[in-house]
Amino acid sequence: MRFKATLENYVFVLPAVLIFLIFYVIPFIWVFQLGLFDWDGILPTKTFVGLDNFKEIFFQDKIWWQSMLNAGWITFIALTLQNAVAFLLAMACNREIKLKHFYRLIFFIPPVLSEVVVGLVWQWILDGNYGLLNGWLVQLGLPNLVRNWLSDPNTALTTVAIVHSWKGFGWGFLIFLAGLQTIPREFYEAARVDGANAWDSFRKITIPLMVPVAVLVAILTVLGTMQAFVLITAMTGGGPAYHTQVPVLRILASMRGSSRFGYACAQGINFGLILMAISFIQYRFSRKARNT
Amino acid sequence: MRKFPVFYILFLLIFAGCSGANKGSKPSVTVWHWMTDRDPAFQELAKKYETDTGIKINFELYAPSDAYSQKVRAAAQGQNLPDIYGILGEKRDFSSFVKAGHVLELTPYMEESGAAWKNALFAKALAINEFREGDSYGVKPGIYGVPIDTMTIQMLYNKDLFRQLGLDPDSPPKTFQEFLDIGKKIKQANLQGLVSGWDETWIIDSLASNYAFNIMGEGKVMATIRGEVPYTDPDWIRVLAIFKEMQDSGVLANGLVTMINKTAEQLFANGRAVFAFNGSWCVNVYKGMNPDLNYGVMLPPSAGDKYPMIIWGGAGSSFMVNLRSKNMEEAVKFLRWLTDKDQQIYLAQSTNNLPANKESLSKLSPLLSQFAYVMEHTTHPSAWGISEFPQVIEAIDKGIQSIIIGEKSPEQVAQEVQRMKERESARKR
Repeated sequence: MRFKATLENYVFVLPAVLIFLIFYVIPFIWVFQLGLFDWDGILPTKTFVGLDNFKEIFFQDKIWWQSMLNAGWITFIALTLQNAVAFLLAMACNREIKLKHFYRLIFFIPPVLSEVVVGLVWQWILDGNYGLLNGWLVQLGLPNLVRNWLSDPNTALTTVAIVHSWKGFGWGFLIFLAGLQTIPREFYEAARVDGANAWDSFRKITIPLMVPVAVLVAILTVLGTMQAFVLITAMTGGGPAYHTQVPVLRILASMRGSSRFGYACAQGINFGLILMAISFIQYRFSRKARNT
Repeated sequence: MRKFPVFYILFLLIFAGCSGANKGSKPSVTVWHWMTDRDPAFQELAKKYETDTGIKINFELYAPSDAYSQKVRAAAQGQNLPDIYGILGEKRDFSSFVKAGHVLELTPYMEESGAAWKNALFAKALAINEFREGDSYGVKPGIYGVPIDTMTIQMLYNKDLFRQLGLDPDSPPKTFQEFLDIGKKIKQANLQGLVSGWDETWIIDSLASNYAFNIMGEGKVMATIRGEVPYTDPDWIRVLAIFKEMQDSGVLANGLVTMINKTAEQLFANGRAVFAFNGSWCVNVYKGMNPDLNYGVMLPPSAGDKYPMIIWGGAGSSFMVNLRSKNMEEAVKFLRWLTDKDQQIYLAQSTNNLPANKESLSKLSPLLSQFAYVMEHTTHPSAWGISEFPQVIEAIDKGIQSIIIGEKSPEQVAQEVQRMKERESARKR
């Protein structure tokens, strides 16, 4: 009888397990398997190369690691600038201010816009010859700041990172706002009765209670930003030279440009493992921060 | 048991839809393509073909080209390719499709009736669809695709801006030095020089290989690809230095290295740039953007006196017949009809692309004719019989971007390209 009940339970979860197996586990195993082959994606035959693709990634492919560093820099800007702006705006909208519902709507517009459209519009704004930004700089009496923002190797990556942050801060804003709204008002009222000022309340109540939310936002920011590529393709195509290349663009280059599907799979696995490691480290940090 | 009849009826209903076509009905031919601008013309031609022959042609558009390319590769893996399709990619990819048994060899059809079909088409356009004896691709020699239009990639210049600069609009620069001198005038007049979609590497590759042929000749270019001449050879450094000289003279537009072709086309069409480097398809694009644009076509100015300037040209788009298609014969007949003179004239006039059929040239607009009449001075990597490693091509193109932004010297780039060549050669061995 107990066996039957157990079996029934398993039958109930079977569809979910099957979907997970078919769409996640099996493709992952296939990708890993393909990473061990030299294959052009068309021929029915594949050449087994063992770990050669992985060795090439680690010891020869400097551009891959440069693209990883570029993505790291964009992520750093997103983690700091983007999330700081998101948090501050969430704090502002959590107070009793006029038009707060309107602001909430406005701040969430950039994330829902198409990345290609955003990329092209910003390319137009940042154009070195006829761009709006350079026009404004001249009008403000700052002509020495005028430059080709996307073609100058000194500014291209940071400019892309800032546009990416503008595009993405709405998600963080929404999650931070939801987190702030879960903190009971009574905590702040009690603190005020005990003589705490606004800064004390922020430091002793808001920050500790927002740590789990901040960790969630940070993990989502890292995962989302490291995998960004549509916006970059639309704005710079990964150039000038390799200055705005990111890992996903390199994987696509291996797949479409060089027709090296096996190598692209190996790059994908390498990239996935790095993202998993970063997420794990962030998680451990957050647990430690919560406990202290 | 009572459920049985219901189940039986359902079974019949479901599988009735899977039965074959009625005997005697004419087959329909499915064509997959990616050409958004040509789709209305294709649909019109399909209607005409159905009226004439009773055979339905289903043109199915899958755009953009990246998505189309992925779809074709996935369909090849699943052996679900349509009767007719196009392969986007390099000749190496094309050869893999042939070797995997996805492409019908068309040589016997082309050779029928005294090779009438073959002779009607531009030889350069056919060469791109052909594998020859001694090629490095390992494919049985023969013709495996049908060009439906052709293209050449040249330089264009704005005649009105030429006048503004005090230049003769009917006399574009012929030598590289003349070109650089115009660059100085462009700089002084605060205009934009050459615009092009150089955020895409293939278009830089096109101009670089034009100058490689012009400076060292075809033999040496091919020897380099075979690994017999290093990229650090002075002639290759000269090719790379061309881009530095262009940048220094002011003949290149600002922000060229991250410019998408659409932006370049807008700048040229709106009279904001003196020169453009673009393919013959641009005639249609400029016509749409600015019908009054007053421009001329010219070969890239020659930088060497030993060898002629050879530009990229040949097949613009080609179609292949699926070797596993049940309608193979009908598909071949349709492609033969599509490349006949009348259909080619219709396609050329409605899409402003160069026709693949030589007999259709007389009906072209004067501007388009300027692109067509240099067909004999063209080459294309797909017609070379050997191909360079994509990683090496990327190293050249990205290296040129680095030269233009002043980050690297031509010598540094040449060394990096050679290192990549050696790395890839070793890997291949």
